[in-house]
Amino acid sequence: MAHLEPRVEKHTPKAKGTSAQVETTDHVEMKTPQKVCGMGHRMKRKEDPRFLQGKGRYVDDIKLPGMLHMALVRSPYAHAKILNIDATEALAIPGVVAVITGKDLKAAGNLHYMPTLMSDTQPVLPIDKVLYYAQEVCAVIATDRYIAADAREKVMVEYEPLEAVVDPHEALKDNIIVREDKEKKTNHVWHWRAGDAAATDAVFAKASHVVKQDIYIPRIHVCSIETCGMVANYDKAREHMQLYMTSQAPHAHRTVFALVSGLPEHKIQVISPDIGGGFGGKVPVYPGYVVCAVASLVTGKPIKWVEDRSENLQADSFARDYHISAELAADADGKLTGLRVKTISDCGVADAAANPSKFPAGLYSICTGSYQLQAADVQVDGVYTNKPPGGVAYRCSFRVTEAVHLIERMVDIMAHDLGRDPAEFRLANFIRPDQFPYKSPTGWEYDSGNYEAALRKAMTMIGYDDLKREQREKRAKGQLMGIGISSFTEVVGAGPAADYDILGIKMFDSAEIRIHPTGKAIARLGTKSQGQGHETTYAQIIAEELGLPAQDVQIEEGDTDTAPYGLGTYASRSTPTSGAAAAMAARKIRAKAKKIAAYLLEVGEQDLEWNIDRFQVKGSPDQAKTIQEIAFAAYTNHPPDIEAGLEATDYYNPPNLTFPFGSYICVVDIDTGTGAVKIRRFVAVDDCGKIINPLIVEGQIEGGLTMGLAPAMFEEIVYDANGQNLTGTMADYLLPTAVESPKWELGKTITPSPHHPFGAKGVGESPTVGAPPAIANAVVDALWHLGVRHIDIPITPHRVWKALREHGVAD
Amino acid sequence: MSRHKISLTVNGEKVEREVEARTLLVHFIREQLELTGTHIGCDTTSCGACTVVLDGRPTKSCTVFAVQANGQKLETIESVAAGGKLHPVQEGFWEKHGLQCGFCTPGMIMTAKSLLEKKARPTETEIREGISGNICRCTGYNKIVEAIQYAADKLQEAR
Amino acid sequence: MIPAQFDYHAPKSLDEAIALLGQNAGNAKVLAGGQSLIPAMRFRLAMPEVLIDINGITQLEYIREQNGYLAIGALTRETALEESSLIAERYPLLLDTAKVVADPLVRQRATVGGNLAHADPANDHPATMLAYAAQIVARGPKGERTIAIDDFFTGLFENSLDAGEILTEIRIPSPKPQSSGAYVKIERKVGDYATTAVAVQLETAGDVCKAVRIGLTNVSATPMRAKQAEAKLVGQALTEQNLEAAAKLAASECDPSSDLRGSAEYKRDVTRVVVKRAILLAHSRVKGARA
Repeated sequence: MAHLEPRVEKHTPKAKGTSAQVETTDHVEMKTPQKVCGMGHRMKRKEDPRFLQGKGRYVDDIKLPGMLHMALVRSPYAHAKILNIDATEALAIPGVVAVITGKDLKAAGNLHYMPTLMSDTQPVLPIDKVLYYAQEVCAVIATDRYIAADAREKVMVEYEPLEAVVDPHEALKDNIIVREDKEKKTNHVWHWRAGDAAATDAVFAKASHVVKQDIYIPRIHVCSIETCGMVANYDKAREHMQLYMTSQAPHAHRTVFALVSGLPEHKIQVISPDIGGGFGGKVPVYPGYVVCAVASLVTGKPIKWVEDRSENLQADSFARDYHISAELAADADGKLTGLRVKTISDCGVADAAANPSKFPAGLYSICTGSYQLQAADVQVDGVYTNKPPGGVAYRCSFRVTEAVHLIERMVDIMAHDLGRDPAEFRLANFIRPDQFPYKSPTGWEYDSGNYEAALRKAMTMIGYDDLKREQREKRAKGQLMGIGISSFTEVVGAGPAADYDILGIKMFDSAEIRIHPTGKAIARLGTKSQGQGHETTYAQIIAEELGLPAQDVQIEEGDTDTAPYGLGTYASRSTPTSGAAAAMAARKIRAKAKKIAAYLLEVGEQDLEWNIDRFQVKGSPDQAKTIQEIAFAAYTNHPPDIEAGLEATDYYNPPNLTFPFGSYICVVDIDTGTGAVKIRRFVAVDDCGKIINPLIVEGQIEGGLTMGLAPAMFEEIVYDANGQNLTGTMADYLLPTAVESPKWELGKTITPSPHHPFGAKGVGESPTVGAPPAIANAVVDALWHLGVRHIDIPITPHRVWKALREHGVAD
Repeated sequence: MSRHKISLTVNGEKVEREVEARTLLVHFIREQLELTGTHIGCDTTSCGACTVVLDGRPTKSCTVFAVQANGQKLETIESVAAGGKLHPVQEGFWEKHGLQCGFCTPGMIMTAKSLLEKKARPTETEIREGISGNICRCTGYNKIVEAIQYAADKLQEAR
Repeated sequence: MIPAQFDYHAPKSLDEAIALLGQNAGNAKVLAGGQSLIPAMRFRLAMPEVLIDINGITQLEYIREQNGYLAIGALTRETALEESSLIAERYPLLLDTAKVVADPLVRQRATVGGNLAHADPANDHPATMLAYAAQIVARGPKGERTIAIDDFFTGLFENSLDAGEILTEIRIPSPKPQSSGAYVKIERKVGDYATTAVAVQLETAGDVCKAVRIGLTNVSATPMRAKQAEAKLVGQALTEQNLEAAAKLAASECDPSSDLRGSAEYKRDVTRVVVKRAILLAHSRVKGARA
């Protein structure tokens, strides 16, 4: 249950060779020809034809015979006693089959509570009290969606409103206890600490310069265009539960369902079909899923539950909500020496953020960033409030967005305070390539990096010196222009078994490859794409290793009956884990292929060498067998002392995480009349190590940049003092359109990971991590000379206007 | 509550059905016609995932009643690849990686197709403004703009 | 989100529509573009028992200049306004406005009549029609009448149409020589309502303001004109000083609410800034035409 005792983060020593000095290039290697289309090719995506023609198969497209529809009744209060639930009128509507309440779930075997992914508990349906606005209160089941919507309006719930606690600082006073159902009556969930407090104190004691800043990173919601949903299909005759589910982690969800429901795991099948965006929002188990599954179990009929957008925005897992107090120390030469951070993590009503279990604050201790620091002390306290639970559901790499925002703001404030150019200040303080293997003050071993190369490339691309000159000229005329830099280090690919698990399940991942007699293949993996292009990229990895054309490799994910066990796709982990597993499984296949080739060519294995798609005799390359010929032989003419077939499985335990990085530079112009901020240019230089498909990587970065822009300038979940959500529809929660989203300019460097089988790192979240501080730094840079030191995101026109007027700028 | 018999042309074929007055066009398309390529992404007419072409106009089908489509011509994403051959807009999205999860894509394609039918050579600004009623979370829009520019070129070549 | 049940009628003529409205007095709503009504119905904030769909009355879609005014049929879609070369040439304030209503897809169905009849101060056309000194034509069981725009908006979501009346036409006086207009809208993103927006129709004699009407969007409970600002400018040269003085008055006479877009103080100040910008833009268009 909730941990109140302090947790201190320890990183166990990593295996040798996980960190190294590695050469940086910017050339994308292509070792295979076009027809094979291995890594480096800008391959058109194999999955696109069905999406282009409206033939994708998403959860709401699933229609089963006899299917019923479920709609949820939700709480209009953030905190209230439930006095009575009267479903009589609802049940009287023709077509309404059932109403399910918390009492029904309790009677069905204590199903009214469920464990969260952080081993806390969360109500599925409440009996005594509602704890957050839009909380699920009961479910109506009807023969069609429209009747269910009518029935939902007719369920009469009597509430006695209670005072809600919305501010976590207030919550820490424990005047209003959010979780009366827990043994310890406190809103303080956990305390977590990383780094070395004593060493940090010592460094601060002798520092020449110290900057302090409070930074609030507000709650946001990922709002994938597809909401969450499920079709639960319990077959009573076979005692088999089939769950079509918007799931980023189908196997983990299957195991959780087995544990919660008591149904044996081999009788549960989770099918995650096409998913319309995940970004972390489809990792948690929401009450709606559990009620839907139970409803099917009880009725023996298929039940469909698909949320409305407002339900999704108001009740599903959020991200961020970190109240940060940071201090950064430097010596007399402007060398950064120490970082001290205290943070309050507003958890909502449960500790349900989908972090690896030992990391209630995720990977937040990466907050020393790209800089050489002597010491750091990072503390986080988790707090309950009357808001929906969650914390990492928005493309954040487990709190790395928060960590990078804080260090990039602090470094920028320090640079400006010292009168130093922010680029030059970063260059002077970066971890240098010759310092790898690099061990950070909070225990991370960065695998590889070259921060200077990335920043210099970005500076060249944007014309940094010219911009600085222009800024000086404009400032003299009272025109406000800002240049902001963010030089981030990311950390992705969870993770090594020693440290990383979710509910005890280690965070390896898997690939199973089988080659057919006619030289085509099928590969199944434990991850689950929600748009990242896995059907193409995994095929390219296998094409690279085995020479099978990527077109000939069918990739499948998401069906727990057929795919090998995996922990799913989020936190940019797929390439570092399943991508590695795919390469390793392919290499096992190549080892067996070599035996078959030797047998066919009547030579010893030591006489053979591999060449793109064939084994050939050394010195006699026309004596060769292609992978297709070997595959056919595996079924028709294989060595008698080995088995038939040509397949392999790999469960990959990464020896370390991977550390993608980059430098972003943003140029803004500020309208002093309205406070509007216009992004004039934004250059993003990313380094994710070896690139599988440059087209797809560009897509990931551009998409992530827009998801970095969004919280930087537009998105915020706002609650009033009573805990009512004021931004609960897309009319009020502002997603950028193509007009607000700038024309991103991309560059790259390539610094491979020394421990990954083909040198790749993750990439999907780097832009969401790196972009907000670049934008924030640009705006503050534009206003610094007026006396503005910091503005919290979202940097709205109102906030900029306020800063301008408060510092004497009128229009 | 009134029920109505409606008769309309859907993707070139005559269709006759009965609907409740309140049946939204998007539900009619997805559930009665079983054309699930048109998607639902919001409930405030904000996202454009449900965009179809109704009587020649790109239309958010969540904000029209099915009964209003009586006697009209409806085109959904399923009709765009005529005879199984991808339309230049679809080709452009494929070539330029203008989609990732695919959920906003049908709506985006219907809007883009209509845009190019109205304006053969839109500027980048006109493209961005033209698709500003369609929200995408995955792509960051750059490659959607490139996809539409590709399609514009392709369509011009064909002339 | 699913609407409540209702009865639906699709009259083919205006007379039929008016008759239906009369028969269902108090229980019926007119459905035009539906881009405000249907979203409200989906959240069950509006639950009319009867819906009278007038989209079949296509003779209400027209844009024509006649008898000294521009006549726009109430059912004219925003897209049609955007695409009209007549409006682009002679009614730039109206073109500016049509381009920023909601988003391009909504504009395919949204009608200018609906935008006005809704009487929502957050909608864009009310301020514009106030600036134009437009007239509203309404038809009801007692026949047709004309309502001056200054008398049309009576409160939040309230207009001066009688219970059985339908708005059929909007009339904008043909532009005088040396006049032009502009609509400047500050919005957080495409599709949001205005943080503030200003509609200006300006008539000049050289660089002196001969006549001006200023409509303001989303800074009051009822669509309003900045009358004090107008009075300050009439007969004055359009200098920075005079514009600032008038704009300050506009800021003080409006009554914005604090909301997620910003504080009331912020909205007043941005209104001040935008009033100046809109007048300058209108003036530059007058000068451009003169050149």
